[in-house]
Formats: sequence, structure tokens, C-alpha cells
Amino acid sequence: MNQHNRSAATIEVRLNGKSHTLPQGSTVAELIVSLPVEPTAIAVEQNRQIVPRSLHPATTIEAGDELEVVTIVGGG
Amino acid sequence: MNAEITSSPGIQADPLQLADRTFRSRLLVGTGKYSDSATMNAALEASGCEVVTVAIRRVDLGSDDNLLTHLDRDRYFLLPNTAGCFNAEDAIRVCHLSRELGLGEWVKLEVLGDEKTLLPDPIGTLEACKTLVSEGFKVLVYTSDDPVLALRLQDAGATSVMPAGSPIGSGQGILNPNSLSIIIEQLEVPVIIDAGVGTASDVTIAMELGAEGVLLNTGIAGAKDPVAMAHAMRSALDAGWFAARAGRIPRRRYAKASSPMEGIVGE
Repeated sequence: MNQHNRSAATIEVRLNGKSHTLPQGSTVAELIVSLPVEPTAIAVEQNRQIVPRSLHPATTIEAGDELEVVTIVGGG
Repeated sequence: MNAEITSSPGIQADPLQLADRTFRSRLLVGTGKYSDSATMNAALEASGCEVVTVAIRRVDLGSDDNLLTHLDRDRYFLLPNTAGCFNAEDAIRVCHLSRELGLGEWVKLEVLGDEKTLLPDPIGTLEACKTLVSEGFKVLVYTSDDPVLALRLQDAGATSVMPAGSPIGSGQGILNPNSLSIIIEQLEVPVIIDAGVGTASDVTIAMELGAEGVLLNTGIAGAKDPVAMAHAMRSALDAGWFAARAGRIPRRRYAKASSPMEGIVGE
């Protein structure tokens, strides 16, 4: 698809509780590389189901999906 | 039992055995609330700990500033917690995410019942513990100082039962030594005192009661000098561990002279 094509189709999803726009047909792997995170330090849920790391490249995100991307932080 | 006391400096408590693993320190330290990663790393080192607790949270999409990216993962055993979960389902979900994050099967289970006290929900905690154990998790479970619930959690297969000394982050120390000592006496699984530690003597008291270890975070992270406090906590743990095995003298109502009462000059 021509990158200057303004009509490039996008979809709306919920990402970590907030609205997020993605190119249609995006995979979980593509989403992750677009985020400011170390890709190996995260886990992903799609509609409350964990998407195992090995399936990130093959898992397509659909409009309206609820995605959670989590990582390890300091805690007690 | 006699502790193996050697003449080498820096004598310390025996390692901590939990399920099939041995940890070099009985002090388990949280990684929350530090002002910067250099302070956190220095405090963890001073504490001598091997097990550090961590939390699982949504990635902050606005920033990639995460203190834990500076943690030496090879040096510490990361124990993910379910802090902030108020029902069994959410806690189990976090444990699944933790496993997917590569943190393995070990979890510190917290199912909280009340936002103000952060006291555990006993029913949700027991329910989550049973499910997680059946799924193969090694569950170190935060609980109150209720001896009956502690027994139920042991029956549910907990790897360690971890009663609070006092409310999380309160710094009130060991509020109910009577209940804690009953729990320690009744349970066969290791009991770790988790939460409420304000200063070093609290750690010593917990260990003198016979606890197998102490888990704390705010007591170090919130101190004016976290590194110095971490060192104090480490020494305090060893002090309490040795004292528990040394056999303290009985308490007496009246004095008993330490020096001979015979041959006093001028008698």
C-alpha cells in the first residue's frame, strides 16, 4: 500500500484501557515494535487471552480488540 | 539446635529453603518506591538479599523509564507479586501474565480485601491459592496473622505462608507476636513475616519468634538512607536468627546479680 495514501485503512482498539489506532491487518508483533518498550520484556493479552510470544507474529489484531501489554515494574 | 558459629567475620544465618530451592538470604526485599535505580541497586546489594519482589503493570506508553531495566537480573531471583488485586480472578490473571513474562512459577500471592488497610481478603486468598497450586505455581502467600487461615493456606499447598507483622507500609513492626508465634509453631511450611517492618529491631523480633525469613520493602526504600537501613536489616535478621537458636534466658520479675555475692569487699 502506498504510504502516502491518506485513505489507508485503520482500526480502533483498546490498548491498556485507552483508545489506540492501528493500521488494519496489524499483528501483535507489529504493535509491540511500535511501542516504547523492550519487546522481550512484555506480555500481551488479547481480549483477556494471553497471546504467547511465539504467536505474536501470526496473531492479527481486529477492530475493537481489548489489548493489554504488561511488563515488570518495581513492587513490594 | 546449635547454630554453626565460625570465627570468620560476618557470620550469617543459614540459607533459606523454600520448596526445592535454596536462597542465600532470609531477607526478601521489594523493589518499589525507590527514588532512583542507583539507590535501589545499592540498597539491594547492602541487604544481601537474593529474592526481590516485583510487580506486573501495564506498560507506560508515554515513557520507557522503568527502574527495573537497571536491575541485574542474573543476580536476583525475581518474585512477582499480585499487589493491587482485589479478587482471586485478577490475582490468577496476573500470575498467568507473570509466567508469560518468563518469571516462572513462583509468585507472591496477595488478594486484598480493603483499600485503606490493605488487609488480605481471606476467602479470595484461599481460593486463588488453591487454583494456583493446582496449576503448578509455587505460592508464597500474604495473609493476616490469623492462625486458622494460615493452616488452611498450608493445606491448600502454599510453599510459604507470609503473615503481616502489621499493615503494609505502616512501619508499625510486629503488632501481634502471640498470633505470629502460634502460626510459626503450628505450620510445617516456612513462615515468612511480610509487611509492616519499620526498622531493624522489627526484623530481629520476627526472627526471634522463629520466622524463617522476613519480606520488606518500604522499611528500606522509605528510609532516609536506604543503603544504611538495608545493611541494618541484614544484620538484624542474622541477629534474630542466631538469638532464636541460642535459647534466651527466662524473664524474671526481680534482679539476679551477675557478679558473685560472696567475698564483697568490706563485708
